[in-house]
Amino acid sequence: MATQHSRSAARLMMAPAVFVLLVWMLVPLCLTLWFSVMDYRPMRGTFDCCEGLGNYTRFVTSSSFQDAVVTTLMMVGGILLITVIGGILLALLLDQPIWGQGPVRILVIAPFFVMPTVSALVWKNMFMNPVNGLFAHLWRGLGMEPIDWLSQLPLFSIILIVAWMWLPFATLILLTSVQSMSSEQLEAAEMDGAGAFSRFFYMILPHMARAITVVILIQTIFLLSIFAEIFVTTGGAFGTRTLTYLVYQRVIESQNVGLGSAGGIIAVILANIVALVLMRIVGKNLDA
Amino acid sequence: MARAITTQRKITLTAVAWIIALLIFFPILWTILTSFKTEADAIADPPLFLNFHWTLENYAVVQDRSDYMRYLWNSIAIAVGSTALGILIAVPAAWSMAFVPGKKTKDILLWMLSTKMLPAVGVLYPIRLILIQTGLLDTKGALIVILTLINLPIIVWMLYTYFKEIPGEILEAARMDGATLRSEILYVLTPMAVPGIASTVLLNIILAWNEAFWTLTLTTVDAAPLTAFIASYSSPEGLFYAKLSAASTMAIAPILIMGWFSQKQLVRGLTFGAVK
Amino acid sequence: MGRITLDKVRKAFGDVEVIPPLDLTIEDGEFVVFVGPSGCGKSTLLRLIAGLEDVSGGQIRIDGEDATMVPPAKRGLAMVFQSYALYPHMSVKKNIAFPMKMAGMPQDEQERRIASAAKALNLTDYLDRRPGQLSGGQRQRVAIGRAIVREPAAFLFDEPLSNLDAALRHGMRLEISELHERLTTTMVYVTHDQVEAMTMADKIVVLQAGVIEQVGSPLELYRAPLNKFVAGFIGSPKMNFLEGEEAAKRNAHTIGIRPEHLTMSTTEGAWRGTVGVAEHLGADTFLHIHPDSARSETMTIRVDGSVTARHGDVVWLSPQEENIHRFDETGLRIA
Repeated sequence: MATQHSRSAARLMMAPAVFVLLVWMLVPLCLTLWFSVMDYRPMRGTFDCCEGLGNYTRFVTSSSFQDAVVTTLMMVGGILLITVIGGILLALLLDQPIWGQGPVRILVIAPFFVMPTVSALVWKNMFMNPVNGLFAHLWRGLGMEPIDWLSQLPLFSIILIVAWMWLPFATLILLTSVQSMSSEQLEAAEMDGAGAFSRFFYMILPHMARAITVVILIQTIFLLSIFAEIFVTTGGAFGTRTLTYLVYQRVIESQNVGLGSAGGIIAVILANIVALVLMRIVGKNLDA
Repeated sequence: MARAITTQRKITLTAVAWIIALLIFFPILWTILTSFKTEADAIADPPLFLNFHWTLENYAVVQDRSDYMRYLWNSIAIAVGSTALGILIAVPAAWSMAFVPGKKTKDILLWMLSTKMLPAVGVLYPIRLILIQTGLLDTKGALIVILTLINLPIIVWMLYTYFKEIPGEILEAARMDGATLRSEILYVLTPMAVPGIASTVLLNIILAWNEAFWTLTLTTVDAAPLTAFIASYSSPEGLFYAKLSAASTMAIAPILIMGWFSQKQLVRGLTFGAVK
Repeated sequence: MGRITLDKVRKAFGDVEVIPPLDLTIEDGEFVVFVGPSGCGKSTLLRLIAGLEDVSGGQIRIDGEDATMVPPAKRGLAMVFQSYALYPHMSVKKNIAFPMKMAGMPQDEQERRIASAAKALNLTDYLDRRPGQLSGGQRQRVAIGRAIVREPAAFLFDEPLSNLDAALRHGMRLEISELHERLTTTMVYVTHDQVEAMTMADKIVVLQAGVIEQVGSPLELYRAPLNKFVAGFIGSPKMNFLEGEEAAKRNAHTIGIRPEHLTMSTTEGAWRGTVGVAEHLGADTFLHIHPDSARSETMTIRVDGSVTARHGDVVWLSPQEENIHRFDETGLRIA
């Protein structure tokens, strides 16, 4: 619905954004692709052609790769599960008439403002430390043996920390969605004899479907690249090495750029598969 | 719902909501409290809540150890710079998508979003190499550009959703009234979209402020922002909880304060414009 | 001056042709109304004239000059939108001033025109308000004010009254008509409401599926509709159509008779039927009659408000023969 003139103006105005993103995506990706078929270890001064697919086979067949994929899936899945379910419950609670709705909302969204390095360090030291952490004090106070969270339950601990940071976001989006539910619809359902549970499952939950997809999409985008939380807590030890972290270690820590680049390309491919699936779902939901 | 709610029910709900909210907020509260304790008080068992010896010495120690103001300035420059640059590129793009949609518009938008899914680690080494070669490693300029690029899809998407709420007839009226494209965007669209733009700006300042992958891997000294300032506390060193807390408080305080002052826009921004 | 000529103008969205090639001339100073059911292409046609859409073929001339490729701002036309399209962040005064500001008009001239437009439209007390603080009718007047100050060659109205309630709509209809009398500028007005078309227009253009069905003055359209579509569309309540025996008797495929051209009797007449719903409007009463012979589903008749007829009464209807319209099998009028 526009004229030729405005259409060409539109194309011109869109160009910078498309161009910079294209460059941003393609140039480094091509370099990575190139490195991934080389034997490139800068510390030893090797930069030899050509490994072919050698780096890829070595990366994929190593047991650390499979572990990393599983760890990544468990981490992202666990965080999504906690934040979505917790978010729905919290949203329903905050939608109720209570005193001090404003302050409560501020308190609940605060963790989102905390930078990942800070929250990881605070949780690691002040809460999860087996000697001086608050949890250790609590456990001892209850007469139990303190848990060394980050070495005994490392994956769970990281999931907990990250879920704490993302719960506010999920809650807020879901709360907005609950509040937009028409109360007439709910009253109609009540007149039709629907109890609280049927109202939730047949009316409220379907109404929230779009918001839940948005939460899952945006969180997945950010969660796939979790880095700082692992970097400052376990450093990838104790089975908390995600794919992102594994590639980081190969490239930066062991300076095997060829191998790491192959891993990077694989990570990109896997992420794109996830992205494709999510985009399909969201693309549909965006119309609604 | 226009219905009488019993006072008792309201009291119960209020109590439950406040307890949960305080639990969620507790780690932040505890960090702030600990920053005013002595190191010995910080690890006391049972923990001391308010009845400890209040002190500011941790802040002095942290400032002595590393120059807080320099990190703060870097964080501000990077967050504000990348957001401003992003908005500048994104406003025209979002205008095109919202008001002159074509068959490909949605595909382009989803493609932009998908670049956000590109694992940064996959391109880390080439980016580092390029920056080393050009002498841009550890400069604010490089970080501003990179953070602009990684947040651009989100900015475009948010602005797009806000712009779409503005009726196209108003822009057509401006066109009939003789406005050029520039005045149409400057005098009509932008003023009408101010709340949406404000939300976008706020959210992106937070995202850029808290971004920790690129800021940790591409800076060493000169351009290091607060994320790096904090990361230097990642290896334990004797009794350091109170100092860690002081440093943490200093790192998150600017954003917390900004967040509380602009709560309304921020809450709107936090939904990424995706849910009304 | 404001003479608009459409020469074989055509519009397609992709493969869908919404307006097949069409010719139309709007004379200077005329009040022309485009009327038709929703989706008939009337708004698209207006947007083509405005320049908000590109034509897919043909030529648009304004005062003899080819304006087909001229951008909307340069055509010298002003438009009043259905949603008024006021700038919500500007005061009434700034809204009205916006087109003059864009044109770079001197400040004192702007002030003068704003003052006179505000006076004419009763907006003087509201100049500092924002559109959000105004009632629907006032917003409408601001939109008109913004159009007037440009002193355009022609005004374009896109269903401007459809967001107003019935009483206001009537008032605004009179105001726009008066405005036309005073300014004598060309006005092109789009509506789906045939009452607006009949009461305001010098010339009505009836559209259906992008095709002009008939062009003429309100009374021409009422008295001599060119086809069944126009006959059914113009006039309220709608014309009654009958087929079969009664039509054949009058050498036609279909005959049409308006509700006001039927007479009713309780004792004798041409067609016998029973009264269904009776709509009492006060001065008039509309009766919906179910005829005994099912040549037409129901027939509507307009009678004086004093007539008392109740549901189920048996009545006789007779047409005024001189007011019967005859149509052939393709729906065209038989002269």
